[in-house]
Amino acid sequence: MDWLLEPLSYSFIVRGLLASIIVGVVCSVLGTYVVLRGMAFFGDALAHTILPGVVVAFLLGWPLALGALVMGILTAVGIGALSSQGVVKEDTAIGVIFAGTFALGVAMLSATGNYTVDLAHFLFGNLLGVSATDLWVTLGLGIVVLLTILLFYKEFLVISFDPTLAVTLRLPAEFLRYLLLVLIAITIVVALQVVGIALMVAMLVTPAATASLLTRRLAPMMGVAAIIGAASGIVGLYLSFYLNIASGPAVVLVTTLLFVLAFLFAPQRGLWRRG
Amino acid sequence: MNVVMSLTKSRDVVHEPAAPTLALQNVSVAYAAGAQGTTRQPRPAAGADYALREVDFTVEAGQRIAVVGPNGAGKSTLFKLIVGTVKPTEGLVTVYGHGPNGHICIGYVPQRNQIDWSFPVTVEDVVMMGRVGRIGLFRWPARRDREIVADSLARAGAAHLAGRQIGELSGGQQQRVFIARALAQEASLLLLDEPLTGLDLPSQEALFEILDSVRPDGVTVVVATHDLNLAAERFDKVLLLNKRVVAFGAATAVLQPHFLLEAYGGGGVISNR
Repeated sequence: MDWLLEPLSYSFIVRGLLASIIVGVVCSVLGTYVVLRGMAFFGDALAHTILPGVVVAFLLGWPLALGALVMGILTAVGIGALSSQGVVKEDTAIGVIFAGTFALGVAMLSATGNYTVDLAHFLFGNLLGVSATDLWVTLGLGIVVLLTILLFYKEFLVISFDPTLAVTLRLPAEFLRYLLLVLIAITIVVALQVVGIALMVAMLVTPAATASLLTRRLAPMMGVAAIIGAASGIVGLYLSFYLNIASGPAVVLVTTLLFVLAFLFAPQRGLWRRG
Repeated sequence: MNVVMSLTKSRDVVHEPAAPTLALQNVSVAYAAGAQGTTRQPRPAAGADYALREVDFTVEAGQRIAVVGPNGAGKSTLFKLIVGTVKPTEGLVTVYGHGPNGHICIGYVPQRNQIDWSFPVTVEDVVMMGRVGRIGLFRWPARRDREIVADSLARAGAAHLAGRQIGELSGGQQQRVFIARALAQEASLLLLDEPLTGLDLPSQEALFEILDSVRPDGVTVVVATHDLNLAAERFDKVLLLNKRVVAFGAATAVLQPHFLLEAYGGGGVISNR
């Protein structure tokens, strides 16, 4: 048991562990909508667009989450508005904004001294640098996301499954669509320190995709995804500690491995069973 | 302001008792107009500027209408107008005397290829979605909602399917589930987009039995179909459409060679069974 407990004698590892559990749960639950609505590219892009916000907050000495949150919500709404006009296709709009803002972030950061170390932290996370304040912010934002999903559960289900039904039921479909985009932005902020910008999409997509192979209803899919996300966080952190590898990639590798296992061996939909 | 209003308002608008169930008055939809609405329309073919032109007809409560016409005749656009996702460029669409957008009594059964059948929902979940407008925001389904869902499933002959994932159903079963959803929605105007396509004869028969069973409740049914024989045999009226109304009335009056030639052109589409 020593090998399990030893890392926990370091308080920064305990904080990292708690953060990765929260992030695993929140990303995976919201990720079910990302997977079901086919928004993986949007999620990946949104993660990249928050970089300028993070850099500005970093340079001014503000909390990184604040800069990320402002930038994330701005671009989420911006992409939503640009694509709903129908002038350019949605994935084109995303591509333009994604690359442009990311370049802006890298350019701003490259003007400062400790360029490569800081950029690596933003890109791949800095799980072992989670402060107590960071942890509370993560927890608070995570609860906001989960509560909102709970409150709008049946409405999000309708707009994701059948947008025309949402219209005939006179649901506030546009409001719900933007709300979902904002929730994705907040979730990305929550996960920033754990997996970083570059690997964010893995936490949004992979646990939910794994759960989709194992379940047949939305609520159980969310539950299983949350368990997979949290477990990936815990196992990934231990791997990082003992193998001395970067924590963000370790978490993502664990969740990817779980997906491959489910893809091969899932009771009904696995490749193995289908022959 | 708009958002707050739509958040608090989940009830159906008042139906005018004297008004017809559905009325289109001189309605035209330009292709470009779709882009301003919530749904984008395909680019027009050369020379064709309107998806629908000067469409004018009235449907009374309890009637069963078949909408027939060639591909691209504007059947889907017509349904979108009635649902309210496409706005008319000119003219007026009214449902029970009001514009469509206040109503939650319009049940829409989509074409099967518009649904993601791998979605993680059971039959019961899908039918419960029909209740969401009446349950309202920040509330969970109550016992009454579950009873209505069970009752709707039974009326559509799908009670035994309740726990199945929707991807495990046959084509006929899928249609029943979506009709059950419209019943759970307490729809009084039911729109079915190509529900007969790909169904075998027993499944078609079962579908008409369900539609017969809702007739005493005054439910009005509008069905888009390619099957002229069924349109002739099983509907009160036929709307022959090709961008505009070629003919509208009893099947015997509408399905005449000169009207069909006008709608379909010289092709051999008429005997399609």
